[in-house]
Amino acid sequence: MFRLRAPVVAPLILVLYLFTLYGPVLLLPLFSFNDSIYMTFPMKEFTSKWYGEMIQDESLMGALWVSIKIAVLTSIASTIFGFLAAKAMTRYRVWGRSVLFAFIMLPLIIPSIILGASLLSFFRLFLGMELTLWTVGLSHVLICIPFSMLILIARLEGFDRNLEEASYDLGMNAWQTFRRVTLPLAMPAVLASLLLCFMVSFDEFLLAFFLSGNQATLPVYMYSLLRFPQFLPGILALGSCILVVSAVLISVAEWLRRGQAET
Amino acid sequence: MVNSGKPPGQRPMTPRPMGLGPRFRRLWHANENLRGYVLLMPTLLFVVAMLLVSMVTLVVQSFWGSVGADSAIQYTLSNYTIFLEPKGEMYRVLLARSLWMSLLITVMVVLFCYPIAYVLAFHVRKHKIFWLIVITIPFWTSYLLRVFSWKVILQHDGVLNSVLVGLGFIDEPLDIFLHNRSAVIVTLTHAWAAFAILPIYVSLEKIDRSLLEAAIDLGDGFMRRFWRITLPLSMPGVLGAVLLLFIRNVGDYVTPALVGGISGTMLGNIIVSLFTDMSNEPLAAAVSIVMMVTITLVVCVFVLLIGGRKRLRGVT
Repeated sequence: MFRLRAPVVAPLILVLYLFTLYGPVLLLPLFSFNDSIYMTFPMKEFTSKWYGEMIQDESLMGALWVSIKIAVLTSIASTIFGFLAAKAMTRYRVWGRSVLFAFIMLPLIIPSIILGASLLSFFRLFLGMELTLWTVGLSHVLICIPFSMLILIARLEGFDRNLEEASYDLGMNAWQTFRRVTLPLAMPAVLASLLLCFMVSFDEFLLAFFLSGNQATLPVYMYSLLRFPQFLPGILALGSCILVVSAVLISVAEWLRRGQAET
Repeated sequence: MVNSGKPPGQRPMTPRPMGLGPRFRRLWHANENLRGYVLLMPTLLFVVAMLLVSMVTLVVQSFWGSVGADSAIQYTLSNYTIFLEPKGEMYRVLLARSLWMSLLITVMVVLFCYPIAYVLAFHVRKHKIFWLIVITIPFWTSYLLRVFSWKVILQHDGVLNSVLVGLGFIDEPLDIFLHNRSAVIVTLTHAWAAFAILPIYVSLEKIDRSLLEAAIDLGDGFMRRFWRITLPLSMPGVLGAVLLLFIRNVGDYVTPALVGGISGTMLGNIIVSLFTDMSNEPLAAAVSIVMMVTITLVVCVFVLLIGGRKRLRGVT
């Protein structure tokens, strides 16, 4: 009788799984080169005109630019917040560390819809703010801090404290020590955190949906177009670009985070 | 000899009067805890303001009468009592459905992810990092686009129908794929798959291989080894994934909105439409809070059950 052996089954599972994981997503780039606004097989002629239309679509490009701005600011702010928290938790014996850690991780666990609803009432009723891109950015910082803190804690935990002590002994002050010892050593994780927070903010939909005023971020704008077939090719083209760029950014970030840690 | 503390021939030290600055500086250098807290403070304050304070405002808002902010605010319980009234049936049904669907999705994700995490942990020896990255990339890429790709597959003039018609299995495109509960479950299972692998993989990777070797030496087959060693020891990762998936999926909005139709509508959709179309924000706040409290209760019961079982096993 034929017996299932690990060397046969294992690669099979891997291939099947990757196919299911990537298959549906890869349909988007596939149809973005199709000369039809309907996404059906058999496909029509090959065309790259949707990419041309995408570039010329000013409101789409405007939304893209809005999302990039928010994502850049969010990634910088949340990496700073994450770094401070990670440093405090790894370097000092903070009382109640595990409770504080769990608390800062909460935004990752709570469903976004509850975060969105509560931040909406917080910004408008408690702070009396208008909904702008700033409110979106602030909410994105909240959900990016846990990622950033996790990544940086992993890096700072394996950190030789003597290096900082030596720097102080050699007459450096706190800022110089940070600048010339701590930061360079934590750099891979800092870069990984910047990249991943950028992606999280750039892709985030629900909080932006709740908290954006009259200017939409790219996911919110794309969502509003999804029900109109005539806009779909442009979204497919832009979506394909986003998929490619984010795959590259994430690979770099993950490599910085995991690959570097092993060496 | 015992050190007397004061070297002989020196004047005893008298504490100099200190200003606030130096006093703080001394405390700063003496107290590690304090330095830790000062470093932590900006992040902590930010999260407290954005999370705790905002939750409190949401709770306060949920007790408002539906008149809104312009007229004098009246506090009422009616946003909560509606859950018990006959006309609140929709909310009860949607809450129960959201919990049930989230449970199904969670189970499906774990069943889907366990084999691949197992293969990664035990059978992939070369380029592990590469495979890990390949598998986690989809988790970080646009959730909206991933959900949308399922709509493209399942819709009336979509990929699945055109393939089935093209192969001659069906004559006319079918409408049974989109706008129902199974579409939501399939889409969310797929969307969260990349996420659940990591915790399961990590706990599988930690398993001491000598335990498995011992079991082989003692004559256990694959299934026995799996049931008695691998599965129990990987439970921490599985449970971590289960809790997070369950909590996050109860409140999903995008997937039911895009592929769910009427039968796949979940509580998140009603919250959003209360906020936008019906602009009854106090009721929306109350529904959000009921949802959060229910999730918390379910999770607590679950954790207690797990803890209770562990204690039982520890006794026997």
